[in-house]
Amino acid sequence: MTEVLVKVGFLAIAALNGAIIFTIMDVKGASWMQRRPGPLHVGLRGFIFPLAEILKFVQKEDIIPTEVDRPVFKWAPAYVMVSCVALFAVVPMSPTLVVADLELGVFFALAISSLGTIGVLTAGWSSANKYSLMGGLRAAGQLIAYELPLILAVVGVVIQAETMSLVGIVEKQIEWGVPFVVGGQIVGFLIFMVAATAEMMRVPFDMPIGESELTMGFMTEYSGIRFLIFYISEYMNMFILCAIASTLFLGGYHVPLLPTEWVNFYGPVVLLTKTAILGFILVAIRWSQPRFREDQLQNLAWKILIPASLVNILVTAVMKVGF
Amino acid sequence: MVNALDPQNMNRFSEASVSVEIETEDMTLNIGPQHPSTHGVLRLVAKVDGEKVHDVKPVLGYMHRGYEKLAEVRSYPQITTLVNRIDWVAGFSNEIPFIAGAERLMEIEVPERAKHIRLILTEMARISSHFVFNGAYALEVGALTPIFYAMEDRERVLDLIESVTGGRFHPNFNRIGGVKPAAGAGPTSKKNIQDLPAGFYRDTKVAMEKVIQAADQFQNLIGGNEVFKKRTKNVGVLTAETAEAYGVSGPILRASGVKSDLRTQTDYLPYDQFDYDIPVGENGDCYDRWDVRVKEMVESAKIVLQAIDSMPSGPLQAKVPKVIKVPQGRTYVRAENPKGEMGYYIVSDGGLGPYRLKVRTASFSNVSILPIMLEGALLPDLIAIMGSLDFVLGDVDR
Repeated sequence: MTEVLVKVGFLAIAALNGAIIFTIMDVKGASWMQRRPGPLHVGLRGFIFPLAEILKFVQKEDIIPTEVDRPVFKWAPAYVMVSCVALFAVVPMSPTLVVADLELGVFFALAISSLGTIGVLTAGWSSANKYSLMGGLRAAGQLIAYELPLILAVVGVVIQAETMSLVGIVEKQIEWGVPFVVGGQIVGFLIFMVAATAEMMRVPFDMPIGESELTMGFMTEYSGIRFLIFYISEYMNMFILCAIASTLFLGGYHVPLLPTEWVNFYGPVVLLTKTAILGFILVAIRWSQPRFREDQLQNLAWKILIPASLVNILVTAVMKVGF
Repeated sequence: MVNALDPQNMNRFSEASVSVEIETEDMTLNIGPQHPSTHGVLRLVAKVDGEKVHDVKPVLGYMHRGYEKLAEVRSYPQITTLVNRIDWVAGFSNEIPFIAGAERLMEIEVPERAKHIRLILTEMARISSHFVFNGAYALEVGALTPIFYAMEDRERVLDLIESVTGGRFHPNFNRIGGVKPAAGAGPTSKKNIQDLPAGFYRDTKVAMEKVIQAADQFQNLIGGNEVFKKRTKNVGVLTAETAEAYGVSGPILRASGVKSDLRTQTDYLPYDQFDYDIPVGENGDCYDRWDVRVKEMVESAKIVLQAIDSMPSGPLQAKVPKVIKVPQGRTYVRAENPKGEMGYYIVSDGGLGPYRLKVRTASFSNVSILPIMLEGALLPDLIAIMGSLDFVLGDVDR
């Protein structure tokens, strides 16, 4: 029992810290690109910015409109957050430093990652607001379109690694000597990152929020701490999907040439560094790109990403059997 | 009970067609008056079917301030303060046609130098208005960064306007018969009236070079972006015939391929002395409307640079009577404002103020095209099209 509690506590704290690191990265990236003085100079060079942000939301009034479906409305943010935290359970920091090394780790991750969208959909539906509803429905459409390339992109890795356990996948990459992104899964990696960006609803795929069209999409009616939970979940999701991407494609907790017997010490650092690099790319994209249109997003998913990922699977399988 | 697996019955079942029609009805979506992309308090009552827009009705008047009526109880010099606030993004250019109308009725010949100063400031107002458009439009299609660049670059131009007139947005600088002595020009006596602040020419040259650079930067940052092109090319196409039929003017009309610019067609300011192009679009889509405005910024900067080089000397103010009374008569003066054609119809009965003032603003006519353009558009396109019209609610409602 104690062990379970410790693990759950570790998960929550690690995911939350990851989210905070990514928040800092996002606002600092924005300030660099947009020449904003706030998050660069104010308050310990802007590093206590997330703290101020959190305090601000916590002390704000939590307004619940009268027409909303109260229980659904209240629980929707928790749903989104829990799915993010649970996702982190299978990400290995080192062969032993992992909350749950599941046989079907990849399967678990992909299944859980789609749960959050149900929270988004219920938030949109229960808000009794047309903008929220449209945001929720866009999120659902996006999920259906992008879950498929996400899964199909991972299938290539699974074929190459011959296992669905995330620790197993990393061990396979150590055995190979090079991460999978170099060893033949570059297309899969790109598809995974595009689909993951759509999954975490970041620019250029942020139509469910689309603040210039839908005011704030499914979050329109939320305020105070419930809004904060959505806000943090977004960064948590970003952190965890980047961590999964680095585990699957970039060699996870290991870099070539480092001694494997010390992996428990440098593993977390290596994984976090890789995650942060991927996160930085997402930050750069977010602050420099406009938003796609909903139908363009669907076209991209169904006409380009899914065929490309199927071809990727085919090529991987042929290489696997043939060589 | 009918046994469906009986071959005889199966035949019958296969013939029965399934005809279930789900009854759907359009949802009425109120876009505005409070909405991030309506530039203030425009309200669009949209009938939407999912993402598709079927019917749009713009509802105006949330910002009606009654300037036409107010003008009837004010004297001519007081009205410039009012008209400043019609299109607040380009405050200075609102004053020009009104003052020119009053001067025409009074038959006053404005000194060349005053005309040049007016022209320079009008073009600066155009540049600052287009900067705002650039930033806001990028924001509307989802790019968050360009507005910071646009606002920073606009500030240089506004600083110049402020150094001359004393106000960033509402200069109130024109006087009937000329312009006011500049704000930063130091002590003024009747003998030694200084019109422009020290260092104005030098600062303007630097700022205008920066404007040209900034326009180039926008062409790369926004115009060169693939996602932006996907969002704006072939979206909201407006044909020249429709545009002319609805009285659309300014950059929107020019983006549809009509080379119509009141700066060359009328003589309210001495534009004929300068050498500049009139950018014209080809397709009349959102991208062209954006593109025309960016190119116009460069042309305006060129006009300002030329005007500074050829600035004539002389008085700032023509001789006008102490109490300004405009003789009986009526006149209509129109000007090319950043948003399009702006005109003032002044009816004077010989009193201190106009008997009736009718203001023709560009945004009002430009917004009237919305129901036509938005027919069958998608909801994100609605925002992109609305943004590309670049209206200001003060200009719509007055």
